[in-house]
This record gives sequence, C-alpha cells and structure tokens, in this order.
Amino acid sequence: MKNIIMVLCLIGFGISMPAQEKKNKNAKYTFEVNGNCEQCKKRIEKAAFSVAGVKSAIWNLESHELSVILNEEKTSVVEVKKAIAKVGHDTDEIKAEDAVYEKLHSCCLYERKP
Amino acid sequence: MKKNVLLFGWCFTFYYGFAQEPVKQDTLQTVQVEASRKSLKKSSNLTSNTTVMSSKELLKAACCNLAESFETNPSIDVNFADALTGTKQIKMLGLTSPYLMITEENIPIVRGASQAYGLSFTPGTWVESIQVTKGAGSVVNGYESISGQINTELIKPLNDVPVFVNAYGSTDSRFELNTHFNKKVSDDWATSLYVHGNTRVSKNDMNDDGFLDNPLGQQINLINRWQYACAETGWITFLSLRYMNDKKQTGQLDYDRTLHKGSTQFWGSEVNTERFDLTSKVGYVFKDMPFQSIGFQNAFSSHNQDSYFGLRTYNIKQQSYYSNLIFNSIISNTMHKFATGMNFTYDAYSEVISQNDLGRIDNSVGTFFEYTYDNTDNFSLVLGGRIDYHNRLGVFVTPRIFAKYLPWEKGVVRVSLGRGKRAANIFAENQSLLASSRDFSVLDSSGKIYGLDPEIAWNYGFSFSQQFKLLGKSADIGLDFYRTDFQNQVVVDLYAGPQQVLFYNLRGKSYANSLQLDFNLEIIKHLNLRTAYKYYDIRTDYLSTTAERPLQAKHRFFANLEYATHIVDKGKQWKFDYTFNWLGKQALPNTQSNAPENQLGKYSPAFLVMNTQITRTFSSNFEMYIGGENIGNYRQDKAILGSDNPFGSNFDTSIVYAPVFGQMFYAGLRYKIR
Repeated sequence: MKNIIMVLCLIGFGISMPAQEKKNKNAKYTFEVNGNCEQCKKRIEKAAFSVAGVKSAIWNLESHELSVILNEEKTSVVEVKKAIAKVGHDTDEIKAEDAVYEKLHSCCLYERKP
Repeated sequence: MKKNVLLFGWCFTFYYGFAQEPVKQDTLQTVQVEASRKSLKKSSNLTSNTTVMSSKELLKAACCNLAESFETNPSIDVNFADALTGTKQIKMLGLTSPYLMITEENIPIVRGASQAYGLSFTPGTWVESIQVTKGAGSVVNGYESISGQINTELIKPLNDVPVFVNAYGSTDSRFELNTHFNKKVSDDWATSLYVHGNTRVSKNDMNDDGFLDNPLGQQINLINRWQYACAETGWITFLSLRYMNDKKQTGQLDYDRTLHKGSTQFWGSEVNTERFDLTSKVGYVFKDMPFQSIGFQNAFSSHNQDSYFGLRTYNIKQQSYYSNLIFNSIISNTMHKFATGMNFTYDAYSEVISQNDLGRIDNSVGTFFEYTYDNTDNFSLVLGGRIDYHNRLGVFVTPRIFAKYLPWEKGVVRVSLGRGKRAANIFAENQSLLASSRDFSVLDSSGKIYGLDPEIAWNYGFSFSQQFKLLGKSADIGLDFYRTDFQNQVVVDLYAGPQQVLFYNLRGKSYANSLQLDFNLEIIKHLNLRTAYKYYDIRTDYLSTTAERPLQAKHRFFANLEYATHIVDKGKQWKFDYTFNWLGKQALPNTQSNAPENQLGKYSPAFLVMNTQITRTFSSNFEMYIGGENIGNYRQDKAILGSDNPFGSNFDTSIVYAPVFGQMFYAGLRYKIR
C-alpha cells in the first residue's frame, strides 16, 4: 500500500515537473504605471492591448497599478512595459523617453519619479 | 480539463450574472460609488441605450410594486389598464408591455398568463435596481422583445441588512407591510426571507357611478433566497423560492360575491391568482481568467388565475420551465468578448374562457452567439444572433446589432437594429376587455396560435446625448428616435364597433414611431430638474380604417423636480419630490352606435397629473414619508360606459385614458436594523 502511494507521488511529481517549465497561458502581473486621469487610463490600456498575447489590462486610477493577464507563450511582461513606456508612461522598470512624455496632453503630465 | 469544465456546466444548474464582470469582486466597488451616483442614470458604459434606476429612485414615489415604480422615469409611460382592477399598464416606445421583455435577474417573469397583472406581483421594497433598455437589446435572454427590455435586480442576500420593515397606508384604504429578514450563514453564504402583505379594506366610489374605483383585495407574497459566492473558488449560486397569492374583488358597490355571483342582480368581478416560482442559478468564473465564465439558470413557475367578469369566466393556468446556459469568454483579449449558449422553454397553458377550452403546450429550444467589440476608448459594438425552434413559431433567426460611439467629449451616439418574434396571448393580454359587453371574434383560423400567426417586428433606433455645463451647472440633453415596423401583428381592433373586439392578422401596414427629447439640469446643488417631451406616431391599418392606436397620447410632457437638504447629524435629511405629467388628446375607440349618454368623442381631452412626496430621514436607519398622487384631482369623466345597466349592450370598463380615482394621499415608514 505504502509503495503504491510512493509510486503515485513519484508519478505526480514526474508529471508536475514539465508542467512548471510549460509557460503560463494566463499569467497575472500587477505593476505600477504612472499616470493621472481617465485619458491616461485609456492610453495605458490601449498600449497594453497592442501587445499580442495580452488578454486583459485594467489600470487603476487611484493606485496607479496596472493588472494584466497575458499568455507567456506569446509575450512577456517586459514587452508590455516597453509598449507602455513608448506612449509616454513610466513603469516601474522601463521609463518613457522625455520627448514622448512632454508631448502628452497637459492633464496627463503626471509627476515623474526619479 | 476541457471535458471536466463541460461536465460541470451540464451537471450543475448554473448561472453567471449577465453582468460579465465577476459579481463578488465588483461588490465593494459598487458600494463605494453609490454615494455620488444619480438615482436615474443613462449608462455611458453600456453599448445599449439603458437607463439604470437604483433603489433610491424607487423611494421617490409610493411605489408599492414594480408597475408603479416607473412614475418618475420618462422612458416608460404608466397608464391605467381599466376602470376596475386598479392595474397600471406600462408602455415603452408607445407599445404595451407584451412587446417588452420583462425579466427578473435575467429570467423572463412577466409573460403569457401573467401579462396583465404580473408587474404588480413584485413588491417595490424587494427591488435593488431596474435596468430599462430601449430598442433592440441582447439576444441572450430570448427572441420575444420588440420594443425593449426591463430587467429587475432584487436585493442580494450578501448585501442586505438583517431586518427591514416598511409600513404604508393611504386614503384609498390600502395598507401594506413589508418585512425583510436576512442572515449571513457564513462568509460565503447568506439567506433572505421577505414577507409582503397588502390589502384594501373598504369600498370607494369617488365618481358616483355605483362601481368601486379600486378593487377590494389582498396579497401575500413570500420569497426565500439563498446566495453563495466564493471569490477564491469562483463559484456563485442563487436559489429562490417564491409564493404569491393575490385576490381582487370589484364591480358594483352592492355586489356580494356569496349572493350575486352568476346572477344579473348586481355586476361583479373577481380575479384570484396563485403563483409559485422556483429559480436556481449557478455560475463559475474560471481561475486566473476573470474574463471567462459559465452560467446555468433554471426556473420553474406555476401561475394560476381564476377570474370572472360579470357572467364571463376566464381561467388560465400556465406551468412554465425556462433554462439558459451561457458561456462568456474573449477572443485574444478583452476588447473582443463573446457570449454563447442555449435556451429551452416549455409552457403548458390550460385556458378556459366561458367554457371554451383553449389549452395548449408551447416549447422552444434555441442557441445564441453574441460578440462584443470595445476599443476601450470611444467605440463599442454588439453583434448578436440566435436561431430558435418553436413548435408554433417554426424555425427562425433573430439578429440584433447595437453600437455606441463617442464623437467628442461627453457626447454619446447610439444606434440599434433588431428583430423580435412572439406568440400573442390575445385573451390574457386583453383581459380588461372581458369586463365589457364586447364580443370577442378571431377572424383568422389558419395560424397556430388561436388561429393567428406569430407577431414579427423590426425595431430601429437612434439616440444622442450630451452632457455640458450651463452657467456652471451640470446639464444634459438627449434625443431618442425609435421606429418599430410590424411585418405581422395581431391587430386588436376596437374601431369595428363598441359591441365587439376583433383580432386578426395585420393586413397592410403597422408602425410605431417615437421621439423623446430630454433636458436635465442641476439648478443648484441638491436641486435637480428632469424634463422630457415625447411624441408618438402609431398607426395601424385596421379593416375599416387606417388610424392611430387608440388610448395613446400623441404628445406627452414630463417633469420631475427633486430637492434634498444637506445630510446633518448622523443622517438627518429632508427630501422633496414633485412629478408632473401632461398628456395630450388620445384617440378613443369607436362608440358612435351607443346610446347618446354612452358615447365618447373621437378624442379624449388633454389633462395633467401631479404627484408629490416628502421624506424625512431621522437617521440612516429610520425614515418616514408622506405623499400625494394626482393632487390636481383630475378624473376621467364616464370611466365606465353603461354603468347604469351593466348587463346591457353599452357596458364597457375598458376605455380608460386618465385616472379613475381622484386625489390620493399616503404615508409610510421604513426602518432598518443593522
């Protein structure tokens, strides 16, 4: 009996190992994206959706946090951050270029963190 | 894994709130927003032209039941159905409630046998919110809606207060008592028990025609609901059990049902209804995929009405089963959503009108697919379609399209197009005509529903709204234009003569155009004005003539003024509300061949009805209110034709264009224990 359990555990272990290497199709990430207003929200979410593999993107106006669900077989969270920085919004990892930031609508000119 | 999911879907009765967002996650947010939210709001998020009425809006009027809750909403017209039963009838886009899909938590509730009185069987205090959608709406709940959809959400057990009491009394001797009990069984489980009772105890005849203006009656209505929602597992469950018993007695003042029933000494009528509902919903939101869910809802109801109107008896019993399976997900990302699934309905009617057995069984099965595109910025589009098989309507396709576009800031344009098809329950829907001397004749015999063909209509709509600042105050204007074109209609012909009503398939054209202009303004802080002008052009080719639909005002004007003081000392507040409804002249059925004293003109006069209410809130847990309906005391002249000879050929209680009852004052209180 004990042996059977052992074997089952091993099989279970054996199966779960490759599963961990397998990329997550619904990986959830939450990170900070700097912004101010409803317009920023639209711009940030639009930029996130422009990355193929992003399934859901919701930016919270109060906490300045973006929650994304993405397919890691197709993209990575860095790609999303790059795309957002490209439209002028700083993320925790990747910052927007000054020239792009300065072109944002006046109400969107959020206070940049160093 | 996929197989397991399917199995889950089939094995459990299952629903996932139409709302497409996970119910529990949303709960907290909703509560926070409530404080600053208007009680009547055109939703700018939804693609369809939907107005959301919160429970606060319902507190602005007497609102004893659902039928009465639309008095302050310009999209819906509330009319009296007849001069006897006190029943209110609603219309949207100029079409009566059979052309609307009326659902409770997305399950059709007012259909078939319950068409005439169904709206008065949901007490107002049970309601959490009402969504009113004009024109073509979602295909998810069925194919029957033609001019719009009304969905009522009841208070959810997980959000409820432990005890709520509402008592109400009015000068027309109507009394109501509502008691709600709620218990949280655990973090995830909660249950509610609501008990409603109402009664009218004394006879009133303010217009001295020898007939009661409002029926004597009593209603008992009970509901027990269970809700389960677990955010960790993603499972949501609802279970509701409901019992309702309603009795009405009306007719001549001296009518005694134990002595005079079936005789011609005095004219009397009774309408007794017993109803039982059992509803279950199960929903599952997929783990790590909040955008994907599956829901399964099942409802069984038994509706039994026994009634007589003078010497005519009318009994109808409908046993109904409704089932809906729905799967929501996305295509690549949440900008592209879809919903798909199946519906099944079964209705067994036993219907007897003056000894003629008209019983029948209807069933239908259908599948739907609805795609929603949202660019997250200024454009969204819903494309829906369904294919159904119905034993009397055949196989048919129901397409519906609606879109929303924001051309500039705070401006919203909406368009919609859709088809609806339904079987008209001619007797249940027109039972107010039974209380008359009219002979009922169905002129066609080749169709499958009382010899008639199904009704088919297309509805097209355009709507524009704009918010702006007027002298620094927030204001908005709106324009809605809708057209309904009937391909086939079951024409109810009252122009043929005052002693008959004819039912036949449309021969020629029938359409309903409606135009609504809104203007809303916050005059000063806490003082809000809401106004609307409505124009209706509804014409049908009748056998004898092409004419406007009778008992429909071409012009209507609506205004509502509300004022609330600042909330002080733990919730102390005064609220004032005033509603004004002006109705232009209405075409009347043909009464020319009646005796001169029982003739009405071609048109009714224009008139004005005003309602008002004052609410005093003593704390967040206790408030009292007093109000008046029809304070201008406008009453229809000759509400009952031939009232001196109710068994004679001129008797008719169905031609009602204005209030039958004059001024009415009421008072009530609401008390919560938290």
